[in-house]
Amino acid sequence: MTLDELREIAESEREEQKKISRRLNVCVAAGCLSQRSDQVLKALQTEVQQRGLEGSCKVKGVGCMGLCAAGPLLKSEPQHTYYRALSPDHPEILGAIIDNLDGAPVPEFAISPDMPFFAAQQKIVLENCGEIDPERIEDYIAADGYEALLTCIADRSREDIIQEIIRSGLRGRGGGGYPTGLKWSMVAKAPGEQKYVICNADEGDPGAFMDRSVLESDPHRVLEGMAIAAYAVGASKGYIYCRAEYPLAVKRLKIAIRQAEKLGLLGKRIGESDFGFEIEIRLGAGAFVCGEETALIASVEGKRGVPRPRPPFPAYSGLNHCATLLNNVETFANVAPILRKGGAWYASIGTEKSKGTKVFALVGEVNNTGLIEVAMGIKLRDLVYKLGGGIPGNRKFKAVQTGGPSGGCIPEKFLDMNVDYESLMAAGSIMGSGGMIVMDETACMVDVAKFFMDFTRDESCGKCIPCRIGTTQLHGLLERISEGQGRMEDLDTLERLGVMVKRTALCGLGQTAPNPVSSTIRYFRDEYVQHITNKTCAQGRCACSRTSASTAEKRGEPTDARAKSIPG
Amino acid sequence: MQAYPASVPLPSSDKRWKVVEGTMRRYGHKASSLIEVLHTVQESFGYLDDVSLRFVASSLRLPVSKVYGVATFYHYFSLKPPGEHTCVVCLGTGCYVKGAGNLMKAIEEVAKVSAGETTPDGKVSVVAARCIGACSLAPAVILDGEVIPKAQPWAVKDQIRRWMNHDAG
Repeated sequence: MTLDELREIAESEREEQKKISRRLNVCVAAGCLSQRSDQVLKALQTEVQQRGLEGSCKVKGVGCMGLCAAGPLLKSEPQHTYYRALSPDHPEILGAIIDNLDGAPVPEFAISPDMPFFAAQQKIVLENCGEIDPERIEDYIAADGYEALLTCIADRSREDIIQEIIRSGLRGRGGGGYPTGLKWSMVAKAPGEQKYVICNADEGDPGAFMDRSVLESDPHRVLEGMAIAAYAVGASKGYIYCRAEYPLAVKRLKIAIRQAEKLGLLGKRIGESDFGFEIEIRLGAGAFVCGEETALIASVEGKRGVPRPRPPFPAYSGLNHCATLLNNVETFANVAPILRKGGAWYASIGTEKSKGTKVFALVGEVNNTGLIEVAMGIKLRDLVYKLGGGIPGNRKFKAVQTGGPSGGCIPEKFLDMNVDYESLMAAGSIMGSGGMIVMDETACMVDVAKFFMDFTRDESCGKCIPCRIGTTQLHGLLERISEGQGRMEDLDTLERLGVMVKRTALCGLGQTAPNPVSSTIRYFRDEYVQHITNKTCAQGRCACSRTSASTAEKRGEPTDARAKSIPG
Repeated sequence: MQAYPASVPLPSSDKRWKVVEGTMRRYGHKASSLIEVLHTVQESFGYLDDVSLRFVASSLRLPVSKVYGVATFYHYFSLKPPGEHTCVVCLGTGCYVKGAGNLMKAIEEVAKVSAGETTPDGKVSVVAARCIGACSLAPAVILDGEVIPKAQPWAVKDQIRRWMNHDAG
């Protein structure tokens, strides 16, 4: 397919869409699907059909709109209104929504798009999420999809593309924050005929689901980013390493790859040039360490996902000992817009060293849980209180955990900090992949540290001793403290051991594993001391406390006593 | 390089082996397809047993030790047969903050087995997951493949009791 043919498809699809101004977009990403949004979609389609409105009202399934807490979500046009908490069991409400398409929105279920959760966002990666049907390539093409790829192949040199990415200041969104353009140019300059592009979609970080949402909502965007990368670095083969736990993402990726191949946007002779690029999906199998690049490559090769020392870096010697470009889903999702609108445009968003936007998964004790995309440098307070809508039950904020098991807990005194790579690092955490877990006063930080050490201890691949033994020892010490058996010198041991593991472990997993412990000791030392001296957990979360029921009640969680009175 | 395959005979006439063989053929019986092939075996049979590991090893010309190594390295693969019903409890950070620990305890109590085990009558398996990506709807459990958002301990317990008491499930 040539660029002109692509534009023709885009134009005719836009014409088609313009014909129908009344639109009901229902979220069919995993979050809303688990709340039966597929049945809502079907019910609406049937209703529209029965009323004979197919010609004037289009009902379609779209990707994630972000506000998962209020799902299943629907967006109605031309009202530009969101509807929340819809149910197939209440057809009268669905009917009322259709009735009022030209009038005022149905008040009880409507959410204004001016609500800060939506209004304070700036969408680049998620621009199509909630707008296009993820299973139709024409929808993506109508939204300027694949335009950047075919323009690059037709008009731009490889060096020029890499320079554009360098100009944009884009940094790796998987956690490391390595400058993307630099990585591309390393792979482009690396010797060898065969090169690979790998997309890391092994979102192992618990509490993060932005990659899942992007893959489920806008899979073509990732394919296009990978194809542009492949063209720029001279690769002909690509892999998407996706978690097996995300079956819907895998299914939509497969559909997208097939559609793109059929239109000649993937496969041999893309854009009728000599450039060819094929993408295969490889399923992960539940190993957190496979987020580390050398471990991921071992896994793609069908081996145990065990990291190896670097150098050589994968940019020189990766998959099958060939030069390999490895980027995260969100990084690839940024590529097409950067090439469409220019690196300078992208660099104008964000802070001095952290350019562009970042997608965050806002979860935990916050009212508006879901997915958001904001410009880098936003204040943490705005994330929690403005977009997040504060903490349920007006409880007190305690900490935000970022960066997953490799990150740390950020206390209240940093709420006015700007969220970017450097500030988070300075506060003892990391950006990571973008999970933001809000914790309130009922959280016990010793228990939080123990939770993460239990995770890394279990996920340590066992290759290097500092990580294998170190994480077990750290966990043991935390367990002792949480059981009320801790000693004051344990705190020093935790800190010293943490530094040692950090300095000597082989890969990123081990080197960052002590972070949750060191950051909680740094900011919440008094809680540790309390567990050691009073042998109680004030929050009732640890084994040493005798008041666990009271916490559950305070948090409004059903205890067994209450449960009996609720009919099953 | 030696030409392949002098194909390895299927372990039995069970049709599911043909599905496994199909996956291997699609990847040209390459050693690098091991994880994909194990996924197919688990999808078809529910778990990986000795017979399947040996069959995959000889078909891909890999030592059994290597296949066993991969099968045990990854959490997703199970070497034990699953129960008739499966309850997967997400223990990711989002779910942990929202009380997944108590949820798991409640489930273990009613099923009388620990996470990773199956009830002696083979009715219910309780599985712990690292994160299923449903963090915004925490705590989440998966009951026989269906994701239950904002799961309530009593409701999950009731379902497990129903599974345990009914023969037909």
